[in-house]
Amino acid sequence: MEKRQYNIIAETGIHARPATLLVQTASKFNSDITLEYQEKSVNLKSIMGVMSLGVGQSAAVTITADGDDEKEAIDAISETMKAEGLTE
Amino acid sequence: MKEFKGIAASDGIAIASAFRLTEPDLSFKKRSITNASDEIKRLYAAIDVSKDELLTIQQRTLEDLGSNEAEVFKAHVAILSDPEMLKRVKSTIEKEKVNAEYALNKVTDGYIKIFNSMTDNEYIRQRSTDIRDVTKRVLSHLLGVPLVDPALIHHQVIIIAHDLTPSNTAQFVPTYVKGIVSDMGGRTSHSAIMSRSLEIPAVVGFKGDLSEIKNGDIVIADGSTGNVIVNPTDAQKDEYTQKQADYRQRKSKLAGFKYETTSSSDGKHPIIAANIGTLEDLGGAIENGAEGIGLFRTEFLYMDSNHLPTEDEQFKVYKTVLEKMHGKPVIIRTADIGGDKDLPYLDVPEEANPFLGYRAIRMSLDKPDIFRTQLRALLRASAFGNLSVMFPMITTINELKKAKNVMNQERIKLIREKVPVKPIKIGIMVEVPAAAILADQFANEVDFMSIGTNDLIQYIMAADRGNRMVSYLYQPYNPAVLRLIKHIIDACHDNNLPAYMCGEMAGDQTAIPILVGMGLNEFSMSASSILKSRALIKRLDSREMVTLANKAVTMASTSEEVTAFIRQATNHIQ
Repeated sequence: MEKRQYNIIAETGIHARPATLLVQTASKFNSDITLEYQEKSVNLKSIMGVMSLGVGQSAAVTITADGDDEKEAIDAISETMKAEGLTE
Repeated sequence: MKEFKGIAASDGIAIASAFRLTEPDLSFKKRSITNASDEIKRLYAAIDVSKDELLTIQQRTLEDLGSNEAEVFKAHVAILSDPEMLKRVKSTIEKEKVNAEYALNKVTDGYIKIFNSMTDNEYIRQRSTDIRDVTKRVLSHLLGVPLVDPALIHHQVIIIAHDLTPSNTAQFVPTYVKGIVSDMGGRTSHSAIMSRSLEIPAVVGFKGDLSEIKNGDIVIADGSTGNVIVNPTDAQKDEYTQKQADYRQRKSKLAGFKYETTSSSDGKHPIIAANIGTLEDLGGAIENGAEGIGLFRTEFLYMDSNHLPTEDEQFKVYKTVLEKMHGKPVIIRTADIGGDKDLPYLDVPEEANPFLGYRAIRMSLDKPDIFRTQLRALLRASAFGNLSVMFPMITTINELKKAKNVMNQERIKLIREKVPVKPIKIGIMVEVPAAAILADQFANEVDFMSIGTNDLIQYIMAADRGNRMVSYLYQPYNPAVLRLIKHIIDACHDNNLPAYMCGEMAGDQTAIPILVGMGLNEFSMSASSILKSRALIKRLDSREMVTLANKAVTMASTSEEVTAFIRQATNHIQ
């Protein structure tokens, strides 16, 4: 199991476009991937789940991947977060 | 062949086939089912077709309008691919033994409720619109009722619609949308204003039954006269094709006035500026030789967005406008939201009388966070051009003082933060009769005034400008209106202030001679009216127009008498 924490710096939090891209990235992998925020956890492959968390600016989130490609999944997700300006 | 009449809303002639933009009936009943797996298959089939459709729309939108506009359809596809949502719909069908329509609607309603309850998160709340749109699309396939997609229009059409929303028009591809016919509103309705800024011929307030126009019917829409002809005869088609050519020729002749300074025949120089609502409109304003921007409506920043626009987002837009105008004066109006403009992410209660209610500066002063963000963006942008700011719907001196005060506080904060800020002229939009009557008092507090005739006239005449039943009362030439306008202009001049006008009346060819006579300093209008207005003013002698204006405000008792005076005074220049 791979686990990583992130601090969201984007002014509008995880909003539509980055959320869609995160979900798209996560969906490429076989691992079960979850996003955790304020003690709620959702499937990162579910756009509505991700949106329903309402992650805002300066939120601390944890992403966990569990499966045969967990390492690659976390790396790819970290990259998307950075490219979308969600994290530093 | 059938002929109809409507209100001429945007110049030009369109001849193309009809495209009906209607809301389909997606109502359904809850049904019990016996074979759940068949029902799930039906659901998946509808989802697959919807996804295919969305990919096509996304592709077309990307090619025709750009990636920003296409983004929303990507989000739609993502929603339809959501494994959690699909799981829930499936299990609802299996456990409750209900039809796919009901199960889908139940699950998506659940999400919409969650999203709507996230009051601190505007952009997520806006997502509920996406979920609703996607649900509609899948329902349309389950029910076999076709959905209408403006983005899928790929041949030349005239849009036939009850009313147009900004999100409809955002999907219009100008190459294909040749004209607009709608049965709502008047010349100053939002669809009319939008079609003028897009320079698409439009007829609004259609008198007749729109359902008589079928998809694919050939339609002629004359946006200069308000005539609509459905399935014209060959002779009519020829006649209007000729008119269309004449119109284009006149337009290209006027292009010669593009680089001229506006001047009356006796050498008075009022400014002709443009009203713009978006960055796209700016192109049209420059293209038509605007000498400034007399009104930049900032509402689009709030309406075309799924969240409150941030300071940086606004700053970039204001800076772009100022830079592109190269030092020419630009008046930006703070947000006129509330009332008729519903913002999904902002909780504005519905009102019985939105035009007499909570909107514009009233809302800004009540929601200082939103107001301050906009003022900061404006102050920061001031370093990049010639900026004036005006407040909409000012009614009392106290409101104005409060607004100025907030602006001053933000200015001081920015200066302390060492952000460059240039002096900004402050004005009010005079559109409430109370402010108009007290114009001489307001003159002590502002650098300019801009008369917003669209609202001012409807408030003077107590007639909703969008209501066809009372549209006869919307009378720009009524002596009551003219007297009040003259009172405002005189109050400005007595106090050495310039008087501007940014309502539709400023571009009205009948009203211009009188306004020149009143000494109006700036006429701000839709880009498409600039050149013909400049050509008109060039033929007017301002001294003769002074006589006309005085006659109109002292001797006339009706609109008709005023127009007769105008005809008399301008007969020799036609």
